[in-house]
Amino acid sequence: MTAVIAGQAAAPAKPRLPSGRRGGSVVTAIRSNRKAMVGVVIFGVFAVMAAFPQLFTSVTDPQLRAFDVSLPPSREHLLGTTAFGQDIFAQLVYGTRQSLLIAIIAGAFATVLSVLVGVSAGYLGGVGDGALSLFTDVFLVIPTFPLIIILATYAGKGSISVVIAVLVITGWSYGARQLRSQTLSLRNRDFLEAARVRGERRFYIIIVEVLPTMTSLILANFLGAALYAVLTAAGLQYLGLGDPSSNSWGTMLYWAQSQSALQTGQVWWAVAPGLCVALLGASFALLNYAFDEISNPALRPVRRARVKRSNP
Amino acid sequence: MRYLLRRLGFFALTLWVALTLNFLLPRLMPGDPAEALMARFRGRVPLSSIKPLLAEFGVDTTSSLASQYLTYMKNMLTGNWGVSTTTLGEPVSQIIREALPWTLGLVGVTTVLAFILGTGIGIVAGWKRGGKLDGLLPPVFVITSALPYFWVALLFILMFSVWTNGYLPSDMGVDNTLDTSWSWQYAGNVLQHAILPAATILITSIGGWILTMRNNMITTLAEDYVRMGRAKGLPSRTIMLRYAARNAFLPNLSGFAMSLGYVISGAILVEYTFNYPGLGYKLYDATINVDYPLMQALFLLITVAVLLAVLVCDFATFALDPRARDKG
Repeated sequence: MTAVIAGQAAAPAKPRLPSGRRGGSVVTAIRSNRKAMVGVVIFGVFAVMAAFPQLFTSVTDPQLRAFDVSLPPSREHLLGTTAFGQDIFAQLVYGTRQSLLIAIIAGAFATVLSVLVGVSAGYLGGVGDGALSLFTDVFLVIPTFPLIIILATYAGKGSISVVIAVLVITGWSYGARQLRSQTLSLRNRDFLEAARVRGERRFYIIIVEVLPTMTSLILANFLGAALYAVLTAAGLQYLGLGDPSSNSWGTMLYWAQSQSALQTGQVWWAVAPGLCVALLGASFALLNYAFDEISNPALRPVRRARVKRSNP
Repeated sequence: MRYLLRRLGFFALTLWVALTLNFLLPRLMPGDPAEALMARFRGRVPLSSIKPLLAEFGVDTTSSLASQYLTYMKNMLTGNWGVSTTTLGEPVSQIIREALPWTLGLVGVTTVLAFILGTGIGIVAGWKRGGKLDGLLPPVFVITSALPYFWVALLFILMFSVWTNGYLPSDMGVDNTLDTSWSWQYAGNVLQHAILPAATILITSIGGWILTMRNNMITTLAEDYVRMGRAKGLPSRTIMLRYAARNAFLPNLSGFAMSLGYVISGAILVEYTFNYPGLGYKLYDATINVDYPLMQALFLLITVAVLLAVLVCDFATFALDPRARDKG
C-alpha cells in the first residue's frame, strides 16, 4: 500500500475495507476517517517537534535565563518570556520530547503487560483465568492517582524512569480486561480449533493466530494507555512531583502556577503548555475513537442516514 | 445471592491489597520517616518526641515488620489514625472530618450529576442516530474527555475570575471573612465558590459517559428484540427507554465503577488548582509535608470510597440484570 498522497481522503463514496484482513488496511482506514486524520496530523507535528526542536526555535537551551523577564508576546518571543526570563515558545518546543517519550514508552509497556495478562487469561481459562482476572480487577479498582502521588513522594521527586514505571504499573489493567474478553470470544473459533488439531503449541497459537486478529484492539489499547500517561504525567509534574528542572509541559505548568502566572498577566505561560497536553491527548483520543469506528462498523457516522433509518 | 457474596469477597480482597500496598510502600522506599521528620524539624523538636509520634501510627522502626503490620491494620480499621505530623498533634481523624464534606459535596455531587446527564444525553444521541445532536456530540466530547483537568480549571479561572475582575471566586471553599454558620449568605458563598471547580469536573468527565452510552445504545438498537418491539408497534419512547436504554445502561454502570479512580485523580488536581479545602488538597498537602499518618489515612479513605461505589454499582447490576442473578 503506497501512502504517498497525504491528502484528505474523507470522500464518503470511498468503499471502506474491513480491517484486519489485509496488510495495510489500517493505513487505508485511517486515511478514510476524518477523526483519525486529524489525530495523525496533530501527532505528526508533535513528533517532528520532538525529534528536531532546533527547526522551530533558535534558542538552544530553553532553561537558560537569557532574556528580560515577563515579556509579552512579540516577534522575538512568540509567546513572551517567563518570570525567570526564559522563552516560553522554546520551552514548549523542547518540552515536547519528554511528554511524547513518556506517552509512547509508558503506553507501549502498559500495552505489552495488558496483552500478556489479558490474552493469557482469556486463552488459558480455568484457574489461571480466575487468578489473572482477579488480579486485573483489583488493579483496576484501586484509585491509582493518590497511589501515584504517594509513590512519587516516597521514591523521591524526579527521575523520569520512576514516573514511567509508575504509569505502567497503574495503567495496564483496563486494557487487560478488554483483551481478555476479546480473546474469550475468539477462543472457540474454527481457525483456532484447526491450529490445535494441527498440533501447534499454545505459545505459537497465541502469537501467530490470536494476536494478529486483535491488532486494532491492541492499537486502541496503546492509544488509551498513552493518553492516560500524557495526562497523568502532566498532572504529576504540575503538582511539582516531577523533576523541577526538566524540559516538559507539566513542569512549565508547575512553574507558571507557582509564580501565579494567570494573576500576573502572563497568560501564555500557563495556557500554552496545557494546550499542548490537551492537543496531544486529543490526538490520541481521536485516533482511539476512530479505531473504535473502524473495528466496529456499527459506530461509523451514518452519512446516508435517510436511507438507513427506515431499515435499522 | 452467590453473586453478591462474590462481590463482597472482592471488596474485602481489594481493600486488603490496597491497605497492604499502603503499608509496604513507605517501608520499601528508601528513606526513614523519622529522619524525614527530623530533617523538617531540625533543631526544634528532639528525636525523643518524634519516635513516639511515629510509633503511634505503626511506623516504629524497633519492632518486627510483622508486628508493625498487625498494629497498622488494627489502627487503620478501627479509625485510630494517629496524629498529623505537620501540625504536630492534630488528630488525623479531625483533619479528615473537616475536609470530607467539601469533597463529598463537590466531587460526589458533580460525579453523579455528570453520570446521569451524560447517560441521558448518550441515550438520546444514540437513539437519534445521525441527527444534529449525534453529529455534533461525539467529536466534541472525544476532545473534552482528553483535556487535562487542571488546564480546564486554569482556563476557567482565567475567563471567569481574572478577566472579569473576580466575578467568580477562584480560590478556597468559602470566604475566610465569613463565620461558619447556617445562613443563606454562607450557603450562597459556598455555592459560588463551588461553581468553577464543579464546572471543571463536569465538563471533563461527562464526555466519557456520553460516548460509551451512545455507542452501547447503537449496538443494542441493532438487536433483534428491539426490532421485535418495533414490529409490535410499541411507542418509540418505550422502545428507547425500556428496550434499548435499559440494556445499554448495564456496561455503563460497571464503567462508572471502574472509572471512579480516574475521576478522583482529576478531583485532586482540581482541588489543588482551586485551593479547595477537600481531601485531595489535604493529600497534596500531606505529601508535600511528608505527613505519613495523614497520607495513609487519606489513601485508605479514598480507596474505601471508590470500593463502596463499586459495590453499589454491583448491587444495582444485580437488581437490573437477571443474567447476573442467574450466574450467581
